[in-house]
Amino acid sequence: MSTAGGGLGVPKTYKMYVGGAFVRSESGRTYPARSAGGDLLAHAVAGSRKDVRDAVRVARGAQAAWAARTAYNRGQILYRVAEVMDSRRAELIRELARATTGSEATADPAGEVDVAIERWVWYAGWCDKYPQVLGGANPVAGPYFNFTVPEPMGVVGIASPDEAPLLGIVSRLAPALVPGNTAVVLAGERHPLVAVTLAEILATSDVPGGVVNVLTGRRAPLVRALAGHGDVDCVDLSGCDPADHDDADVAAEAERLAAETVTRVVHATVGERHWLEAAAQSPYAISAFCEYKTVWHPKGR
Amino acid sequence: MTAKPAGRRRGPVSTVGIGTAGSRVWHVNTVAMRAASVEVSGRAGEHGALPEALVGLPITPTDAVGLTERAAALAKRSIKTTAKGAALTLAVRCMDLTTLEGVDTPGKVLSLCAKALRPEPTDPAVPPVAAVCVYPELVGVAAGALAGTPVRVASVAGSFPAGLGPIGVRLAEIADATSAGADEIDIVLNRSAFLAGRYRQAFDEVAASKEAAGHAHLKVILETGELGSYDAVRKASMLAMAAGADFIKTSTGKIGTSATLPVALCMAEAIRDFADADGRAVGLKVAGGIRTAKQSWQYLVVMAETLGPQWLHPDLFRIGASSLLNDVLLQLDRLGTGRYPRPDKTVV
Repeated sequence: MSTAGGGLGVPKTYKMYVGGAFVRSESGRTYPARSAGGDLLAHAVAGSRKDVRDAVRVARGAQAAWAARTAYNRGQILYRVAEVMDSRRAELIRELARATTGSEATADPAGEVDVAIERWVWYAGWCDKYPQVLGGANPVAGPYFNFTVPEPMGVVGIASPDEAPLLGIVSRLAPALVPGNTAVVLAGERHPLVAVTLAEILATSDVPGGVVNVLTGRRAPLVRALAGHGDVDCVDLSGCDPADHDDADVAAEAERLAAETVTRVVHATVGERHWLEAAAQSPYAISAFCEYKTVWHPKGR
Repeated sequence: MTAKPAGRRRGPVSTVGIGTAGSRVWHVNTVAMRAASVEVSGRAGEHGALPEALVGLPITPTDAVGLTERAAALAKRSIKTTAKGAALTLAVRCMDLTTLEGVDTPGKVLSLCAKALRPEPTDPAVPPVAAVCVYPELVGVAAGALAGTPVRVASVAGSFPAGLGPIGVRLAEIADATSAGADEIDIVLNRSAFLAGRYRQAFDEVAASKEAAGHAHLKVILETGELGSYDAVRKASMLAMAAGADFIKTSTGKIGTSATLPVALCMAEAIRDFADADGRAVGLKVAGGIRTAKQSWQYLVVMAETLGPQWLHPDLFRIGASSLLNDVLLQLDRLGTGRYPRPDKTVV
């Protein structure tokens, strides 16, 4: 996006965000990102399968340290993301407005950005609360203290939806980060640019490099690479719209590949797909990105 | 060592030189060498003098930019599918599986030996590695576990990693490791002597180590990260080879700067030129900081392009590494199944 006002302006190069750095694809490819009306906005990076593997490697490398941070600290960092989103609110609105120009559906960029910021704050607050709500002490018939704690799954791959270019990512990424997962996010294929701006926000808000990696490019090959990768613990296929025929095929194949490598597959529920509504945020979205560990501890005198 | 006949002498181009021996001119390109020249002028005598065995060897100046550029070009070589599988298998065959930690225990060495013999338990097509490399204390354990197998036992010795113990102690350590069952001995070049210009001392110590090692193969670690220039690397390579080294090795892995592709290329060129002048084929071992399968085949490309396919053999090429094997196995797994497995699938 060029600078407003006079002058030549500085066109922005939209790159991917991997391991805390903004990188081009290893393949060197790009694809045109167009507004809903068909105007060329910029050329986004067309990420390759190799880029997916590189991103998974750094996400795996960053995961243990991210999960080892205290819940309070993770909450503080995620809250800081919301702060920076708020300070760059005008830019996010401008990006969204550009992307949705010419759309038949009535778009409300300012509304979407506001909900995104509020949602991020909401999830930040869950960091030190979700274990009490999702876990608990279990009543068992025996001399045991039996309790269940939610733990992060590890590396989560997230295919973001097209219909809410910013809010769709926020609604799936934030709950994945809360328990201490790291993420490889595939930006929505149609409107990838705002995801890169979100990556800039993440890069400047104390989120350690590698915790969130944002790739842009064609959805089908990248989802396949993510789902088939043995070191991805969970894939979120919310970006594959069940109403869309091609997307449904991609999702079906991704589920088959994920099964081969015993990777959990999650989807946003129908209710959660109403991105602007309160139903799209829930502690159960965090739960989808958790493993549950149950401990039997003998008790006696 | 015997002195080279005059007819073998190759004419190095001379520009700036200190301390000559015969018609050989030593080139001064580094701070270290300038320091040596001070010492030579201050203390006339053996300092800076060239052991006769090196006379006539092509200790020519190196081209740092050329080395870097050629190494970078070779690193870009694309290796795919069947060639990749062959390269990875060769990398396994040429690997010195190494553990050189203060916390090494017999148990750890035993599990390393098991892994050396059968790197991928689920795939018998993956060959055993070349050797297991340990500290002298643990040579007996490794030798017991590997007796009767093709996997050899390598031991570091000679006050590894500095190489600055009393020479008698160093030679005794080498002899001790050999008698405990080591087939290969990795010693460090005396960089203190080499950088101070006491080439004769450095040479004699390598020659004495070779004698102390007896039947065992001697690998001389140059610790290239501490030599300061490619010229010094080439000179140290020639010195070690002339003194009887069976292998020259880049690094100990104990300092920050380990093996790099240009250094390996520089040493491979020295090996090639030594083989031309002397007729003896000396091996190259790259070690330290080699962690990915891609790095391993980049070194294979450098060897093949500089020395030819004859050197693509465990007798003449080794990769010293501790974590590399896991990545190579991961890549082999991926070639077989088409999927990237979890890195923690392979352990140890």
